[in-house]
Amino acid sequence: MAKRMRFRHGVHPPELKQLTAAIPVRRLPFPDEIVLPLSQHTGKPAVPIVRIGDRVERGDKVAEADGFISSPIHTSAAGTVTAIELWPHPTGGYQDAIRIAVAPYDAQVPRKRIIPDWRGLDRKQLVDAVRQAGVVGLGGAAFPTHVKLVPPDDVSIDTIVINGCECEPYLTTDHRTMVEYPGRVHLGIRLMMKTIGADRVMVGIEKNKPDAIERLRATLPDDLEGHVTIHGLTVKYPQGAEKMLIKALLGREVPSGRLPMHVGVVVHNVASVATIAEVFETGLPLIERIVTVTGPGVRRPANLIVPVGTKVRDVFDACGGLTETAREIVFGGPMMGAAQASLDVPITKGTTGVIALTGAEVKSQHSYPCIRCGHCLDACPVFLNPQLLGQLAMHDRYDEMVENHLMDCMVCGCCGYTCPSNIPLTQLFALAKNQLKRQPPKPKAA
Amino acid sequence: MTAPRLLITAWPHLAERDSTPRIMWTVNVSLIPVIVAAIYYFGPSAVLVIVAALAGCLATEWLFGSRETLFDGSAVITGLLLGLCLPAGLPMWMAFVGGAFAIGFGKLIFGGLGQNIFNPALLGRAFLQAAFPVALTTWPVIRENWWALRGDNLALPLMSPGEVDVLTSATPLGLMKFEQQSTELGKLMIGATGGSLGETAGILILLCGAYLAWRNYLNWRIPISIFLTVAALATLTHWLNPAFPGALFMLFSGGLMLGAVYMATDMVTSPVTNRGCWLYGVGIGVLVVVIRLWGGLAEGVMYAILLMNAMVPFINRATQPRVFGTRAAVKVTE
Repeated sequence: MAKRMRFRHGVHPPELKQLTAAIPVRRLPFPDEIVLPLSQHTGKPAVPIVRIGDRVERGDKVAEADGFISSPIHTSAAGTVTAIELWPHPTGGYQDAIRIAVAPYDAQVPRKRIIPDWRGLDRKQLVDAVRQAGVVGLGGAAFPTHVKLVPPDDVSIDTIVINGCECEPYLTTDHRTMVEYPGRVHLGIRLMMKTIGADRVMVGIEKNKPDAIERLRATLPDDLEGHVTIHGLTVKYPQGAEKMLIKALLGREVPSGRLPMHVGVVVHNVASVATIAEVFETGLPLIERIVTVTGPGVRRPANLIVPVGTKVRDVFDACGGLTETAREIVFGGPMMGAAQASLDVPITKGTTGVIALTGAEVKSQHSYPCIRCGHCLDACPVFLNPQLLGQLAMHDRYDEMVENHLMDCMVCGCCGYTCPSNIPLTQLFALAKNQLKRQPPKPKAA
Repeated sequence: MTAPRLLITAWPHLAERDSTPRIMWTVNVSLIPVIVAAIYYFGPSAVLVIVAALAGCLATEWLFGSRETLFDGSAVITGLLLGLCLPAGLPMWMAFVGGAFAIGFGKLIFGGLGQNIFNPALLGRAFLQAAFPVALTTWPVIRENWWALRGDNLALPLMSPGEVDVLTSATPLGLMKFEQQSTELGKLMIGATGGSLGETAGILILLCGAYLAWRNYLNWRIPISIFLTVAALATLTHWLNPAFPGALFMLFSGGLMLGAVYMATDMVTSPVTNRGCWLYGVGIGVLVVVIRLWGGLAEGVMYAILLMNAMVPFINRATQPRVFGTRAAVKVTE
């Protein structure tokens, strides 16, 4: 029998995916206005290259990458640039964004472009094409994909891991991608094998998506047989965290403070893989993505292809609107997603889903004293002691938190999920990390 | 579309259904069979003693704690457990004082729920044992007349219990220790012996504990390690000196079952790490056997748990989990 593929600890939140798991993706109509934040990725924000009043066609580049770890931004609809100003951003607060009034009667046909044949391109050209297309990780963190396509010279990668876990409850974005676009996933895998130079690919999919596993296996091209293996994994959160997935699939533990490449692995989200293929199929950059619109607060849950920059208000309108009881809008999954203050927030490249929660689902903010039950220790996938860290955080003892490995915390939310006293552990850790970023701990006097 | 007034809360937006009051109340409910057994064996006296201890706990919590903590169920647990580890014939006022001490000095003085070092119920009992040693070691035997009181439960406050026509006898452990007289094992398991109210029905306590462990409301590693340690040591000492009792007798006599399942597993006063729980359980097991066999007392569960409670901060510190990715042997390709 094959070794059981698993990682230790973690939690089992309700899956809640049945709302949208079987609904095929459909296209959202173009909204009246799109808003493109300059920062839709990890790294430096892009720099605008258009001016107010400029006419842009669908797919045109409107902002250029600023440095290597950055990504260009393209408009998802034809129209006129009306403003470059601060706008509500999904991460909270306001950030610079390009506002484009969509031309109402435009056919929305992109400019004619040459679609490169990937077979004729070398590694560097492939990576450059992905970079120019503004592809970032679609799993949520939105790390520029091209960076992970060229491993540094001193690192050798033996395995590419494709992340199709989608361990967050509610979300079905990756699920629908695998079921409906398996060909793109396989093409993307080919391209990655070429640029990264590894000939072993492991696709990890949680077993609650049997149709996705089945479909990817059935459509696997013959010549990839033997190189690509598709693995069904026992459902557990946070399986989709890079370190957990590598542990489950390969049994390798990424050292604390290091990256997957230090154990010879690169992890890519399955939707990003499909997007890479899309670049070479249509020639279009990343201007739209699949978004799961779900939750008890939305009338007709759906999987939508949404133009990047569409305001969440327009997305809900296309799904029958919000119910009267909707009280909280979450971007991303319910375990790590951020609540939104406004319906004007745009969908960005990293938005995996939009969840409307009603008052009944909004978590109570009342907490009880810690009773040291130890459930958080059993939940933490990186084996921290959230109980101790929580006590330290409540007394602002951030330096001691660092000594207790705060920096290994992924703020995945397992501890906060499991705490019977409803102590906002995850929030406390996020806060502490933020404070430390602003004010690094003073080195101790020798 | 009219915009709703949006709420903003931090992630995770989902929570497990367990809550602290829910855990506490479930533990309380799980004690019902044990209480029923106590009433079955000891009649109305059981009700009087348990109610008095409970009243002492709740009154103190209400006076010095806050409204919210009165209803979180934790004071009720303390009251019930304290009542269950007292003898049936104890005057009610003593049980009440024990309850007040348990909550006041066992919990509130440390800052309330979650802050205390020692198990409040056991601290209350230790206080009573020190204050009223005779009353605390007077064990009425099972009687024919179920309705009769098993002692002067209604003695006036600050009065010594009056003479009541009750038969008393030593507990199985006392018999064993001081008179080298063994008790039938079957009786021990179902609880038809002398002893504190709730500690006699060993099998029942085990079943209730199994339910709590299944719900993950107690860490099964603690009772299991206590049982294994006591059984192993008892087997060893019995083999070396047949005058010492065997493993099954040790397990089912005295307060071991109640202590191991309900007292030692108190979340607040037991270690947070699983490895720590093993250590803690082994420590309790060793102390129980040592006190029972070589100490001046017949029973040692209470002091064993209280002593190990004091060790918990050190156990926690010594058994911190190994953080992911810090194993020395991790292969790093540079």
